[in-house]
Amino acid sequence: MNRNLSMILRLTALVASILFPVSLALAEELPEVIPTSIDKGRSIAFNRNAGNCLSCHFVVDAELPGNLGPPLIQMQARFPDRAVLRAQIWNAASQNPDTIMPPYGKHNILTESEVDLVVDYIYSL
Amino acid sequence: MKILVALLVVFSVTLPALADPEADRLAFAEFYLSRFPSIELQAHKDGAYALDQAKREQWLEMEDFPPYEIAVDEGELLYARAFDNGESYAACFDQGGLGIKQNYPYFDIERSEVITLEMALNLCREKHGEAPLDYAGELMGNLTAYMAYTSRGNKFAITVPPEGLSAYEAGKQFFYERRGQLNFACSSCHLQSAGGMLRAEILSASIGHATHWPTYRFKWEQIGGLHKRFIECNEQVGAEGLAQQSPAYRNLEYFLTYMNNGMTLNGPASRK
Ligand code: HEC
Ligand code: HEC
Repeated sequence: MNRNLSMILRLTALVASILFPVSLALAEELPEVIPTSIDKGRSIAFNRNAGNCLSCHFVVDAELPGNLGPPLIQMQARFPDRAVLRAQIWNAASQNPDTIMPPYGKHNILTESEVDLVVDYIYSL
Repeated sequence: MKILVALLVVFSVTLPALADPEADRLAFAEFYLSRFPSIELQAHKDGAYALDQAKREQWLEMEDFPPYEIAVDEGELLYARAFDNGESYAACFDQGGLGIKQNYPYFDIERSEVITLEMALNLCREKHGEAPLDYAGELMGNLTAYMAYTSRGNKFAITVPPEGLSAYEAGKQFFYERRGQLNFACSSCHLQSAGGMLRAEILSASIGHATHWPTYRFKWEQIGGLHKRFIECNEQVGAEGLAQQSPAYRNLEYFLTYMNNGMTLNGPASRK
């Protein structure tokens, strides 16, 4: 790294630790956060190079979601049977042969376990 | 929905003996008219900018200083320049090549293949002993920009002779066939989902897809042809992009441009 830049960064950190001693101290004491399967599923669903579900679906805190598919809300009410939800993501064409939703499992866009993580996340919505 | 089903039925008929391009075109136009009842067909020549007022306004502002103007000027000079044998492009085309883009691509019965304007330019060069131009290059972009410019306001009048039906059919099949890891057909996005939002992009109607090429695209930072866009649309669904002017893309252009018959040419254009 450029010397000046690293100097500036260190200075900023120093100033920050003086100004916000409490928050820094808290951050140090927090135990390491272990992402839950819902967190993992969320990041797969949001990643443009993985699920990229947001290109077609609204979900809470999505930025610039598309609207080609229905908003993903109240999933437990709409899919009392979790297996049906998984099948929709695995191969949407099994429910609707003319669907434009990509067959995530069938075409190996996501692995088995990634599909499960996405289901965990979607089911929490 | 009823029309979509009717379209799928019309287009799932694959028997070449039943191919009827004009019936296809009428169904195609009817689909977009019922999908967008308040937008006249001709408006689709502006692509996504026909569908979103805010995007349209931004685009019109951009058009105050058209980014393709230099290409048209350069193209005019190139077009007039004589070949080493003293001939020039004008000798190869009807009307000296001016105002003729509405007739391209066409099916050449003798060669038994679809000839696009780009290919006709290279055939002309070959005939006069000149090396072909790179289809993806700037010179080809400039030449076609100039030829498109002289054709502005004309309406597409593509014909399909009986000998050309199988090329037309192949192009049509390409348009409706799903491909790539993401399993999309051209029609999944530009017919079935036209007007919808894919992230922040509004999906344009294929009825305006042929009118405005070549196009200066800010993303490309240069002028490019229709086949460059085909490559991009293929690759974004995880399918293989084909070579510009490959037979499959020429057939696709043939089908797509036939579907644009009657639409007014407005190239070259600019797009984001
Ligand atoms: C290219 C568009 C597209 C993408 C990308 C997409 N979907 Fe869909 N999705 C749809 C459409 C359209 C539907 C409506 C039903 C159908 O046609 O299959 C749908 C339906 C659904 C449904 C059923 C909703 C309901 O209430 O019936 C779920 C759940 C779903 N999608 C989840 C996902 C997840 C999770 C992802 C990403 C891993 C995803 N979708 C990516 C287009 C898409
Ligand atoms: C996954 C969705 C998707 C698929 C599949 C797709 N496209 Fe596109 N296409 C887009 C998007 C997004 C754009 C840019 C926004 C727009 O103009 O529609 C675009 C733009 C275009 C344009 C430029 C429109 C203009 O006004 O300049 C053409 C032409 C086009 N696509 C043709 C095709 C063809 C032909 C195919 C199939 C080989 C195809 N597309 C497949 C999403 C897609």
